[in-house]
Parts: sequence; structure tokens; C-alpha cells
Amino acid sequence: MSLGLVGATIRRDLTLAARNPGEWLNPLMFFLMVAALFPLAVDPDPKFLSKIAGGVIWVAALLATLLSLDALYKADVEDGSLEQWLASGESLYAMSLGKALVHWCISGLPLTLMAPLLGLMLSLPADAYQALIFSLLVGTPVLSLLGAVGAALTAGVRSGGLLLSLLILPLYIPVLIFAASAVYHAGIGMDYKGQIGFLGALLALAACLTPFASAAALKLNLSR
Amino acid sequence: MPASSGQTTIDLEARQLFCERDDRVLFDHLDLRVRNGDLLQLAGPNGAGKTTLLRLLSGLNRDFDGELLWHGEALYDDYSGYASLRLYQGHLAAVKKALTPLENLSWLVSQWSVAEDDLWQALDAVELGGYEETPCQQLSAGQQRRVALARLCVAPAPLWILDEPFTALDKYGVTWLEQQLQKKVESGGAVIITSHHALENIASLQQLELGSVRA
Repeated sequence: MSLGLVGATIRRDLTLAARNPGEWLNPLMFFLMVAALFPLAVDPDPKFLSKIAGGVIWVAALLATLLSLDALYKADVEDGSLEQWLASGESLYAMSLGKALVHWCISGLPLTLMAPLLGLMLSLPADAYQALIFSLLVGTPVLSLLGAVGAALTAGVRSGGLLLSLLILPLYIPVLIFAASAVYHAGIGMDYKGQIGFLGALLALAACLTPFASAAALKLNLSR
Repeated sequence: MPASSGQTTIDLEARQLFCERDDRVLFDHLDLRVRNGDLLQLAGPNGAGKTTLLRLLSGLNRDFDGELLWHGEALYDDYSGYASLRLYQGHLAAVKKALTPLENLSWLVSQWSVAEDDLWQALDAVELGGYEETPCQQLSAGQQRRVALARLCVAPAPLWILDEPFTALDKYGVTWLEQQLQKKVESGGAVIITSHHALENIASLQQLELGSVRA
């Protein structure tokens, strides 16, 4: 019955997200605001903006993801759900993977869907839209998977938000570099398959390995 | 309804358990054995290590010395096998406030496969009939507690490990829970419980006093 609890948890978490939209809409609003304020504060010239648009969108997406990570395991630790998972004897690997998937559905996926709008606001070159969508589609799951490890490690810590950022931000750097470079290169008419390929490799690696780390961190959290 | 719990053999044994927290010895050379029909109540003052011992016995906490055996073999060798046969209810109810009792209960028993009709009946049995689809944040603390306890009716686990299950229950709830405990041990199940509640009217009650060992 391994799928029983994992499937039920994914369904439950999505139901919870649907009932409390504030939790996942906040980071999305943040994402939108950063992009809206940038031209006002720096330079509204479309030529200048089109050069930095890809980078700005990716930095904003990364920070918005960080914002939403803190809550990933916190509620489950506080209300005892996590204890019940551990008590169920089901695979924590599958559970962590499921949690990361839910996180991506309520954070990475809406960010990806919103990104073209931000591209428009920041006059992203027309050639770069495809690269932006692809890079977000492949890159944001990596952010969710890596972030889930940090969230699992800091779930038992009061106000662990800062600690979480410090732990996870360095791991996000490679994703940021390759993704922003993909969008930039697409914008100047160059090939960007290599960068997307690298992001894909990161995703494969993260999907296989990070759930082990999350599972170990969660166990640590509970065996007090 | 699930198969009668009397058919499963329960044999949980602890040998020479030793556990300390913050340089304080909670228990030392502790032996206990729980088999079909047993009701073991852990007693002792606050901070005596009742919850710690329960978590050890349920396999949640592995930070101890000594042996824990399930059917004569180390409990962790087949943890998921053991986990499917014992139900652990901690202090925390694991009830999400934004969900309805029905949704919460269905998650709580999702490790076993339980028919939805049984869930409705279980909620009825804990006097939550009519509240099945009300979000739990509109229910009282005692009612939320009952959502978690409702799974005692439906989970096909012969061994229950319950940490202070009487908390926040009213008179009716207390009587109901006492009956459930009695039924469980009479039908061949077993219960390990921490509670300050007197359970004398259940014949097979054994008590284990913790807190006599001090560093």
C-alpha cells in the first residue's frame, strides 16, 4: 500500500493549498512586484531592460521559491502529521518526493505560467520566451527538490527561515547561472540547448538524490 | 470491517532498555512484554519518560540502549510490517484545521485501505455525525481530538499505542474510549497507554511505574 499514504498526502496537501490560497499566492505576488518595480527603479529603456529581463525574472523566481519553502514541513511537524508518516512505516523517500512535487505544483508551476507576463513587462526579446519557459519548467523543480531538503532540516527550528536561505541559496547558484544564461543566449539568437540540457541533468540528479537527504533530515527532526 | 484482531499474534518485548535525556536517566534495566489481551498503562509523574518510552516502543525514537523485539526479532528488521500492525497516537492529533473530519480521517487511515462507509460510521461513533463535512477549525478542541480517535474504530491494527488519549474529552468521550479499550483487549488486541486516568475497571490492566530511577 505504498502509494496509499503518499497519494493521500499529495491529495491532502493540494486540497489544503486550494483552501488557503494566501500561502502560495504571496510568493507569486512577490514575483510580480519585483518585476514591476525593476523598470521604475533602474531604467525603463526597453533596450536596457531586454538585456537583463531573463536574469531579473530568474532571480525573482528563485527568491519567490525561497519565500514559499519555509512552510513546507513546518505545519506537518507542528500538528503531528510528520510523526504519523514516520509511524506509518511507509517510505520516507517517496513521501519527500511527493512533498517536493506538491511544492512545485503550487510554486514552480504558477511561476512558470506567470513568467511570460513578466517577460512582457520587462520587454524580453521575442526569441527568448521559449527558453524562459523551458528553463523555468526544468529549473524550478530543481529549486523545489533542493529547497525541500533545507525545509526538512529546519522544520523543527523556530524562525528557521533565515537559516534555510543560508543553507539553500548556495545550492541554487548553478541553477540560476545556467537558466539565466539560457534565456540570455536565446535573446541574442544563440543556441541554448546546452544550458537546458545541464538543467535537465541537475533535475535528474536532484530527483534521485535529494529525497534521501530530506528523509534523513526528517528522521533526525523527529527522533528527539 | 477489518479482520478480527484476535487472529494476529502480538508479542512486543523490551529487554534491558536504558534511556537518558540531557544527562538524566529516564529508565534503566527496563523489561516489559506485551501480548494479546494486555493493557499496559504507563504511570509516573510528568517528565518521568512515559512519552519517550511510548515513542521507543512504537519505533519512532531509536536513541536508546537495549533490545526491542517484535515476535522475537529486532523490531527495526521489519519496521513497516510492525508499523502496519500498530497504531500510534501521540499528543498531537495530526488533524488539519482547514480540512473536514472526513478528509482528516481518510488521511489518517490511508496507510490501511479502509472503505469510505466505515469512515462515516466511525465519525458517527465518536459523535461527529452531522459534522463530517464541517472544516475542523469550526470544531472544539475535544471534537478535533475525536477525529483522530475515530480511527480506533476503523484501523485494522491489533496493537494500539496511545499517548494521553483522554485529553480534552468530555464525559461521554471518556466512557466511549474506556469501552473501546475494553473491547480491544477482550477481542485479543493489546493496548499500551499513558494516562493519568484511572482504568481500574478493565480486568487485564497492568501498570508500569516510571520515574523511580533517578540519576
